[in-house]
Amino acid sequence: MKSVMKRLIGMIPVFIGVMLLIFVLLRVVPGDPVQVLLGEHYSQDTIDRLTKAMNLDKPVFEQFLLYLSGVFHGDLGMSYVMKKPVTSLIMEALPQTVILALMASTFAWFVGIGSGIIAAIKQNKAPDHIFMGFSLAGISVPVFMSALFLQYVFSFKLKLLPLSSDGSLKSLILPAIALGWNSAGSVARLTRSNLVDALQADYIDTAKAKGLTNRAVIFGHALRNSMLPVITLMAIQLSSMMSGAVVTESIFAIPGVGRLATNAIQTRDMPLLQGTVLLTTVMVIFGSLLADILYSVIDPRIRREA
Amino acid sequence: MSSDYLLEIEDLHTSIYTDDGVLRAVNGVNLRIPKGTIVGLVGESGCGKSMTARSIMRLLRHPARIDSGRILFGGKDLTTLTDKEMREISGRDISMIFQEPMTSLNPVLKVGFQVEETLRVHGLAASKEEAKRKVIEMFERVGIPEAEKRYSAYPHELSGGLRQRVMIAMAMILKPKLLIADEPTTALDVTIEAQILRLMRDLCKESGMSVLIITHNLGVVAEICEYVYVMYAGYIVEHAPIFDLFDYPRHPYTKGLMASIPRIGGNPEYLYTIPGVVPNLLHLPEGCPFSLRCSAAEEECRKTLPELVRTDEDHFSRCVKACGEQSLEGRAYGAGRE
Ligand SMILES: Nc1ncnc2c1ncn2[C@@H]1O[C@H](COP(=O)(O)OP(=O)(O)OP(=O)(O)O)[C@@H](O)[C@H]1O
Ligand SMILES: [Mg+2]
Repeated sequence: MKSVMKRLIGMIPVFIGVMLLIFVLLRVVPGDPVQVLLGEHYSQDTIDRLTKAMNLDKPVFEQFLLYLSGVFHGDLGMSYVMKKPVTSLIMEALPQTVILALMASTFAWFVGIGSGIIAAIKQNKAPDHIFMGFSLAGISVPVFMSALFLQYVFSFKLKLLPLSSDGSLKSLILPAIALGWNSAGSVARLTRSNLVDALQADYIDTAKAKGLTNRAVIFGHALRNSMLPVITLMAIQLSSMMSGAVVTESIFAIPGVGRLATNAIQTRDMPLLQGTVLLTTVMVIFGSLLADILYSVIDPRIRREA
Repeated sequence: MSSDYLLEIEDLHTSIYTDDGVLRAVNGVNLRIPKGTIVGLVGESGCGKSMTARSIMRLLRHPARIDSGRILFGGKDLTTLTDKEMREISGRDISMIFQEPMTSLNPVLKVGFQVEETLRVHGLAASKEEAKRKVIEMFERVGIPEAEKRYSAYPHELSGGLRQRVMIAMAMILKPKLLIADEPTTALDVTIEAQILRLMRDLCKESGMSVLIITHNLGVVAEICEYVYVMYAGYIVEHAPIFDLFDYPRHPYTKGLMASIPRIGGNPEYLYTIPGVVPNLLHLPEGCPFSLRCSAAEEECRKTLPELVRTDEDHFSRCVKACGEQSLEGRAYGAGRE
């Protein structure tokens, strides 16, 4: 637990650095927020007043500090376009995205780990080739392609699932599969290659020499060792799914954070964009923290060092 | 068959089907282990010792497999058992200690659990507490200090010597009839080696277990074996009771091995080594496999493989020069070659 605290504190500088980066990057892109907000025909006086109200007349560094202190108070500013606090906009959209990401991850883990195990056990036999073929397809096909394909087959042709989101869990099934497809592919490949390696290890012979069944050897001895890198990958993927959701949410019209980000980009809504990017960053940081924690739960060698 | 022998290997051929061709790792090996004795199998690196052991335990990995031969254990041919039947014997009647104590234990499981697993697989742990007690008892017997604490240690927290003791505890906890130890002390330093060997000998005497100890170190053999098989390039080239072998080695290869044991006070400059290397088992020479390195080799040696001939009571050598009387007809010695 102490090491977790240490890790958390160690993340503060990373977090501030990332925010600085986002802040600077968003300032570099062209487009004056005041103009975006007001449209064309306003007097210079109005523009000046608004600029002042938004602190845009202050030096960039001071703007950053103001923003930073806002963030630590849970205030991400006002959305220019929606005229609402960014925090509450994100909080409204977040549940949809979290549910989507969780469903997609669950899909990716079950399918990925399951097919990885089968492929490793049936190494170089038909199931191995089939699963690895699918996983390669999973990795290489972009999200929008698999999304459209799924929509075509399951909504349009078979009429099993809704074409776009209606707020129900059922309507999130297709988006979850589309989003999880990629991860499933890479989880499957990583599981397979690690399990194949683990099955070559000396301790596998020891386990077999005890008279353990193949099943016990695989699940009791090999799998645990081969899961270490897979868990890291999974935790990182869970967080990157939050950002991967941008495309999926647009295609399936899901009112989540991804859609919020798309809208923010289209309307040059800086505070909103900043907020969504920030959220994704936090997710990624926590994802890797989660990976480390899980890792040390499974691997005693790391646990003792920490 | 006489029942004095616990294990009888008859004309075993094991090959590895590599991409480059068929590698004949075990060539018609005949080997017998009497009940309650420690038998050694020696030879240089790469001559097929581990392949022999793995053939017995059915731990050969693709692309290696047994081509022919019988491995009789208590009258049952291990090569024809079903996987299930073999699993029942593995760990309970025959167990194995491996060369590398560093990698032979699962790094993510507690050593106590790993030893206990042997009990559990064979349904010999009545309760959790009883199993744990048995494991700790065994740890104490093999000389693991603070056994109770070590029960919940992970392999990386133990030294090489302790890990090998854990392996021994694991292999011995069910009092198997046969223990196969594949270079159990190669990875350990000399003092630990002596301790481990003594431990194995004592445990063997106590429980009447037979041991097949595989090593390339004649010192180890001298320490604990009663009978020795010498292996070269997949062939058994000589076998004899320990004192016979050390006093009257018959085969030039055995003589070479003896001569290359360093002696205290000997001049290291003059340390003998057998010239040449073990031939590539993919391309075994015609005739005697040792003829390429043998100073006494003649024309004849390079043409035909000599039979294993009896030179003394219970002493056999596969060399035309061995002053033997009769070759063994009928038995499969050396006959299994294409
Ligand atoms: N997986 C494999 N693929 C190809 N060749 C192999 C394989 N495993 C072993 N061999 C070869 O089989 C032969 C016998 O190997 P084995 O492991 O039985 O030797 P060994 O006598 O135990 O040697 P060592 O003292 O080094 O353990 C060697 O020539 C080795 O190169
Ligand atoms: Mg070996």
